[in-house]
Amino acid sequence: MAGLVATFAPTPPGFGCPPLDLDAPTVARARQLAQHIAADVQARLADQSTVAIERTVLRLFGVTGATADGEPLANRLVAQLHAADLLAGGVAQPFCQALVHTGLTAQALAQAVADGRVDLRTHAGARTGQAQAVGAQLAQAGVARITARRQERQALIGRLGQGVQPLKYVIVASGNIHEDVIQARVAARQGADVIAVIRSTGQSLLDYVPEGETTEGFGGTFATQANFALMRRALDDVGAELGRYIRLCNYASGLCMPEIAAMGALERLDMMLNDALYGILFRDINMQRTLCDQRVSRRISALAGLIINTGEDNYLTTADAVDAAHTVVASTLINEALARQAGLQTDQLGLGHAMEIDPLRPDALLLEIAHAALIRHLFPGAPLKYMPPTKHMTGNIWRGHVQDALFNFVGVLTGQGIQLLGMMTEAMHTPHIHDRYLALESAQLVFTGAMGLGSELRVEPGGKLEARARQVLDEALVLLDEIAREGLMTSLSRGHFAEIARSPTGGRGLDGVFAKAASYWDPTADAITQALIAHGQLS
Amino acid sequence: MRAVDPKHVRAYGDTLDDGQIMLSFSLPVPFGEEAKEAARQLCRQMGLEAPQVYHAHDLGEGFTFLTVYARSPHTVDTTQLRVTKMDTPHLGKDAIEALASEKFTRKIRVLGACTGDDAHTVGIDAILNVKGYHGDKGLEAYHCLAVRNLGAQVSNERLLDEARAFEADVVLVSQIVTQKDCHRSNLAALIDLAEADGVRRDLLFVCGGPRLSHQVALELGFDAGFGAGTLPSQVAGFLVQRLAAR
Repeated sequence: MAGLVATFAPTPPGFGCPPLDLDAPTVARARQLAQHIAADVQARLADQSTVAIERTVLRLFGVTGATADGEPLANRLVAQLHAADLLAGGVAQPFCQALVHTGLTAQALAQAVADGRVDLRTHAGARTGQAQAVGAQLAQAGVARITARRQERQALIGRLGQGVQPLKYVIVASGNIHEDVIQARVAARQGADVIAVIRSTGQSLLDYVPEGETTEGFGGTFATQANFALMRRALDDVGAELGRYIRLCNYASGLCMPEIAAMGALERLDMMLNDALYGILFRDINMQRTLCDQRVSRRISALAGLIINTGEDNYLTTADAVDAAHTVVASTLINEALARQAGLQTDQLGLGHAMEIDPLRPDALLLEIAHAALIRHLFPGAPLKYMPPTKHMTGNIWRGHVQDALFNFVGVLTGQGIQLLGMMTEAMHTPHIHDRYLALESAQLVFTGAMGLGSELRVEPGGKLEARARQVLDEALVLLDEIAREGLMTSLSRGHFAEIARSPTGGRGLDGVFAKAASYWDPTADAITQALIAHGQLS
Repeated sequence: MRAVDPKHVRAYGDTLDDGQIMLSFSLPVPFGEEAKEAARQLCRQMGLEAPQVYHAHDLGEGFTFLTVYARSPHTVDTTQLRVTKMDTPHLGKDAIEALASEKFTRKIRVLGACTGDDAHTVGIDAILNVKGYHGDKGLEAYHCLAVRNLGAQVSNERLLDEARAFEADVVLVSQIVTQKDCHRSNLAALIDLAEADGVRRDLLFVCGGPRLSHQVALELGFDAGFGAGTLPSQVAGFLVQRLAAR
């Protein structure tokens, strides 16, 4: 069962990247350093939890909904305990104790606490055997719900079939989930395999997950359980009609990373943007917070059979795509190591990279192929996510369409797993219905013609392309070596990635990080670990 | 060959005054002859003549994508155009530094931010970071400027507080997200707030973003605005020349 967790798309005949002669000891050393870096992060943060993780525990227990003024019940309960300095043992202990005491269901208890009829604070203290049993039972039920959705996905893919690699991935971003549904259904009919629903700008900095359907978002809709369910249903309907399973993608990122992962797992999302470092660098979220949260979010994604998408493409929007190519490689290796620690399997690793070199630079295409082939060879079997040009898109849509066609060519030539299709109107507006159609048509044309090319071509030994790939790998090794010596958190404060420096105690969300007491208890963590071991995803 | 009549200019395809225009758009009309006819009628209502549907594609869900060529009989009098353009000349970094050292005894203090919910720092970073954009060094690389970049999602209130604390001469605002014109309301609110605080005249307010222009910036009460593709030296040159003129 391990290795087939996400039931990722098949490769058509002849599809694959030309062989690349990399120095095997260098590759092994780079991977070893990344594992060392990830293990060090894990050791440093093992004794910490966050308010987001505790809210996730409640959500996995079945707590949903919000108070009349829109504060999610999970937030209300955790915030109350945190303010009283009673969270160090975890939310599960007082919550389960109160369940035993009141005899209420999890949802009814959460409502009663929010209404002021039950005070969780009076239940904080020692864990009784009864509470322990109730907690374990609720956690098992949460895990069972997620496992059922995973099996449902596998059954649907088995029955309907799915697109072949590279999967064609497009975004919808109208700001109204009901318009998004129309745009997504049209995209599926035009050949899209993955629909990513862009989030409303600013959600990453909200320390709660909003409720309900979004009809007026900015640059997207909120990641809410209601929006997830609505889009899931729409894609299942159109997929059944088309005879092709359509994947749904959203963002488990920002201050509510693990909660959104849990909601996505419960609503059978298939992919989640989920990067260990992105929020720290680009949203100035505290690194202790994000590194704790990413681990829990990834364990849930591992269980749910979700594919995570990492965001290394973003490094190249601020730094130069040639000078900083090695930072992408180093970061994908670190992201991989952190992901594997959480139980994610090879076919769940949508590691990100991008085509962002100035297209007018001599040999730009050669360099892009070298970079894309290098990443391909470093992560065999992983559904790599290749991101389109954004930085050098100009508003000249005709030129942009050509850049995107070249991008599609490099993607199919180097055997990428997930191709995020570029839009000719990139940097001008969120995609119109026909921008998406034209992008899908272009991708289909290029993919059809070049599908079997990669396995037929050979890279010139000792030539420019091979030399470039080896150079980027060597530079990544130097960077990984430095990070391994000083530790990831120190490295982040030195600005090694995207030329952005962050301090371990700076940024947003640090007030939601706390040290676990010796009595800390999270039955959902135990249940997830057991399930991951049972599935062969952890040993 | 006839000369262009600047008082009566038409669109040009391959023959003067042929008025050739291309359009592409989608209609919420199911694919078929009706969709094509609907497109032609829409073009005629736009004042276009002889619309020809070159291509129609079935998008599904009751939508059709169309590409139409048509002739526009309308003319523009280009002798009567009035546009708002940046009136300061574009100087290189060395010339800007030289002008600043001649006119000012201290560094000009520039505070930058991406405001509102907008989380995209790519624009403000391209202008401010040392590295700059397109081989043109960012404002942090200028000796004559002291730069502070507040990053993304800064509220207008905080921006003005920080401007006071930093003793800024210039406030630089980037706006990338433009859905439902949120950039306009957000920028206008900043100027309102600055006026209410009585600091509007003490500071130079400059905005930038892919959907902004100098003209839009002036309409919103800013001193200047920069659109897509702007180089950092264009911004630096404007700041130094405008402040030198004060």
